[in-house]
Amino acid sequence: MTSPLENPAAVPVIEARGLTKIYQMGEVEVPALRGVDFVLGEGEFVVLLGASGSGKSTLLNLLGGLDVPTDGWLAYRGRELTHLGEAGLTAYRRHHVGFVFQFYNLIPSLTALENVALVTEIAEDPLSPAEALELVGLGPRRDHFPSQLSGGEQQRVAIARAIAKRPDVLLCDEPTGALDFQTGVLVLEVIERVNAELGTTTAVITHNAPVARIADRVVMLADGLVHGVEANATRVPASELTW
Amino acid sequence: MLVDALHRKLFRNLAELRGQLVTIALVVACGIAAYVCLRSTWDSLLFSRTTYYERYRFADVFATCKRAPEALRGRLEAIPGVAIAETRVTERVLIPLDDLPEPASGRVVSIPAGRSPALDALFLRSGRLVEPGHNDEVVLLETFAKGHDLTPGSRFPVVFNGQRRQLRVVGTAASPEYIMAMAPGDLTPDPLRFAVLWMDRDALAPAFQMQGAFNDLTLRLQPGASEPAVLEAVDTLLEPYGGLGTVGRSKQLSHFMLSGELSQLEGMASVVPVIFLGVAAFLLNVVLSRLVFLQRSQIAALKALGYRDLTIGLHFLELVSVIVLLGAAGGLGLGIWFGRMMTELYAAFFHFPVLEYRLAPSVVFAAVGISLLAALAGALFTVRAVVRLPPAEAMRPPAPTIYHRTVLERLGLLALLGPAARMVVREIERRPLRLLLSSVGIAMAVAITVIGQFWGDAMDFMIDVQFGGAMREDLTVVFTEPRPARAVRELAHLPGVLRVEGLREVPVRVRSGAGFRDSILIGYPDEPDLRRLLDQYGKPHPLPVSGVVLTDKLAELFDIEPGQSVTLEVREGDRRHLDVLVSGLVGESFGLRVHARAATVAPLLGEEPLVTTALLLVDPATAGATRARLKELPAVASVTRRDNLAERFVEQSRAMIVTFSIILTLFASVIAVGVVYNNARVALSMRSRELASLRVLGFSQAEVGAILLGELAVQVLLAIPAGLAIGTWLAGLMMSTVDPETYRFPVVVSARSYAFAVVVALVSGVISALLVRRRLQSLDLIGVLKTRD
Ligand SMILES: Nc1ncnc2c1ncn2[C@@H]1O[C@H](COP(=O)(O)OP(=O)(O)OP(=O)(O)O)[C@@H](O)[C@H]1O
Ligand SMILES: [Mg+2]
Repeated sequence: MTSPLENPAAVPVIEARGLTKIYQMGEVEVPALRGVDFVLGEGEFVVLLGASGSGKSTLLNLLGGLDVPTDGWLAYRGRELTHLGEAGLTAYRRHHVGFVFQFYNLIPSLTALENVALVTEIAEDPLSPAEALELVGLGPRRDHFPSQLSGGEQQRVAIARAIAKRPDVLLCDEPTGALDFQTGVLVLEVIERVNAELGTTTAVITHNAPVARIADRVVMLADGLVHGVEANATRVPASELTW
Repeated sequence: MLVDALHRKLFRNLAELRGQLVTIALVVACGIAAYVCLRSTWDSLLFSRTTYYERYRFADVFATCKRAPEALRGRLEAIPGVAIAETRVTERVLIPLDDLPEPASGRVVSIPAGRSPALDALFLRSGRLVEPGHNDEVVLLETFAKGHDLTPGSRFPVVFNGQRRQLRVVGTAASPEYIMAMAPGDLTPDPLRFAVLWMDRDALAPAFQMQGAFNDLTLRLQPGASEPAVLEAVDTLLEPYGGLGTVGRSKQLSHFMLSGELSQLEGMASVVPVIFLGVAAFLLNVVLSRLVFLQRSQIAALKALGYRDLTIGLHFLELVSVIVLLGAAGGLGLGIWFGRMMTELYAAFFHFPVLEYRLAPSVVFAAVGISLLAALAGALFTVRAVVRLPPAEAMRPPAPTIYHRTVLERLGLLALLGPAARMVVREIERRPLRLLLSSVGIAMAVAITVIGQFWGDAMDFMIDVQFGGAMREDLTVVFTEPRPARAVRELAHLPGVLRVEGLREVPVRVRSGAGFRDSILIGYPDEPDLRRLLDQYGKPHPLPVSGVVLTDKLAELFDIEPGQSVTLEVREGDRRHLDVLVSGLVGESFGLRVHARAATVAPLLGEEPLVTTALLLVDPATAGATRARLKELPAVASVTRRDNLAERFVEQSRAMIVTFSIILTLFASVIAVGVVYNNARVALSMRSRELASLRVLGFSQAEVGAILLGELAVQVLLAIPAGLAIGTWLAGLMMSTVDPETYRFPVVVSARSYAFAVVVALVSGVISALLVRRRLQSLDLIGVLKTRD
């Protein structure tokens, strides 16, 4: 029997069972995740939806090895992440995960190309930084500093930086959060293209429900729990989105 | 209580930044403490000395002659500018005490019958003054009395003019005239072997056939009187009575020695604190401007919310003021504590009767004011620059202004380095000014460590040149009067004497135009071995066959060049005036002297070769017996051991210097750690977002640490050579404040001091690195991603 939670066709890349995260704020405990089951299948494009404070970022950070769960089981390709420790998690991020954040997080003192090179220099079989920038359509802006690029352009550099190492998983936390509609679409197109052309397993957090239509599956979070999962019969290309 | 939001921000900022604030406040505290400690000690000592001089009526002019009639007093007092003239009888005596292997030397000084002297009064420490009619009563110099357990009531023998007399101590005293009590010709005071004995004039005069006469004169000048004019007039009046020279206070032996001691302190007290404060101010400026810079986007946000520039500016100035005032309070407390300690130490050493710790309000104001100003200036400039930006721009991270492929990159060298090293190189190449400022800060810390050590080095070096190179004899024998050269050969025949050389020393006055300096003309053997002429670096200076060699400072004073001639007025014998050729100059560490071969000196003086001093090399096995034999010779006035002399010199001068060095080094080290740590912390907070991003991208803790600490290492490594150079330069500056007619130490810093400064810098670097590494481990990866700076 298959539940809509899982995509039967795909090999699981990341698998989480009963994932719990409790932030200790002095006396007060803030439960951010309260037992989440979640699977990310090979090559899948998943969108995470949910109200503010529902635990989306917390989940994504756990999946990406930025933080450790309070309880529960979490594995990458069958290898448990929960007990890896600091060095192990660093290696995991270094070799397998690409991150994109709402605020780009580029290094201001490095040019677009150098920001990408930052990752290719430590990765195992990376794209060339120029190639990665071409992929996001920023080849001509390679020698510009972040401050000389628009927000959308900066975000595309961040995506180029995330995918240059040919990650197995691309995790994006509100990549369009700081952008206008058209620029946002442009950024989503790039992510979509990476997913399609490089086959990178992708998870994207968004506040815009319409964006969910470009995904294979949509996972809805509420109050630290998975509230529902929907599989899209057909994926709508980002270019055709409206909201 | 109602606290507005901005003040709450202030308190939270203070709490967040406490590690940094504490180190900044420590730097301020150390700067202020060093300033306050040194200045107040110096002020207190000068004040104590001045009070002592005033209260005990220290004279302005001192003269000696063979024997002048008391009637001359009226004419002396009539010299324009003279307020009081006090005549005295003083003589050298010997004090054969049982607890001394050889007799101590003493100076007996008359006090007027039945009254306290009008000048150079006694500061009675125990007992009473002598009473007229009691011819065996004596008031004894306190230090000597204490050293030999002589108290009022004790009796001890004194040899007057060859006659042994038993005297009774009725009191012990100190005097402004004998703060540094020492026999003429000695290099340092020796409290056990030099005594001053004050006796009733009527009791004393007959022993030296001085009834109705005097041989010692002290004067008090009227305010505004011309000292040189008075000196000349006194000299002229005393000339017929065997005048032996008239000097102002500056050449009075005790005052001169005391000034020499204090001038070393002055060098420290005037330059060092300014350097400390300057360095602290500079660091404060750099660190605070960065701290403000970090709050750039917050300032922008406040502006966007409608806060006025002035309000924002004041907010930051409050932050800065809190840090400085905390540091200042600590620094003042520490400075006063150390200052009191030092003052007491010194005052005990000099036996000042009045000791008052003085902290001039101006010192406090200067210390706190300079720190506060520097801090506010640093913060204000940055706040102003940030406030001027339109908020929108201020909220973006600052754009790197210029970008070009750096030299290393173009050469392809960068490709050889790992990514972390590459980031370090790029960061440095792109922000050279920041690197420079940080390095300068650390260099200053290194520099003050160097100057903390420098005085000890200078002393060691000078002692080494003086006692290791210039004076190589075991014993110095001074004759009671000039002896024929054969006296030297006679000494050579004494058992245990290995080698003897004679010196002819003649007091002279060097004159050029209206100016003059009292000096000594020294005649050396043709091939001097036991006493050589060395310059301040210890390099031997050969004596010319003809003409004289002047201390370079003396030549400089009178603008004399080698090849010119100089006038020497001989101050003994027939008191002739000589015009002699200056054939060379020598840069000596102290004194203003004239050197020549004895063969040159004798014809000049119109005498057969004579000697006044004999230098002896003796068999160490029988040295004691040899010394005893020498003491018995009637022609011998004193016998001094060089090793004793060196020891005493070291003991006396080192103790103070070492105390100061320790205090300075302590402060310098705190400043060094403060600077290095703050640099690293500021670098960490300026780049924490960047570093966290790198961690997210998969850089390990070690790699991220290498980026930050690599920069720190480069800063420290650049700073070290610069700091050593600056320190050496500052040492020279400090040296230049010392009266050049007294001491001229070469600016020599020992390898040990350099090494110490380097170690302080490196240790500061390591401590800072460890502190920063701890912070790095707790870098908030997720938090930093949620916000945009
Ligand atoms: N460091 C933290 N300390 C304490 N509580 C935290 C922390 N981070 C997150 N939380 C809490 O955990 C819960 C989930 O936070 P999370 O950031 O995952 O929400 P989110 O779904 O990403 O919200 P948004 O859409 O606003 O980004 C929230 O209630 C939040 O307050
Ligand atoms: Mg979120």
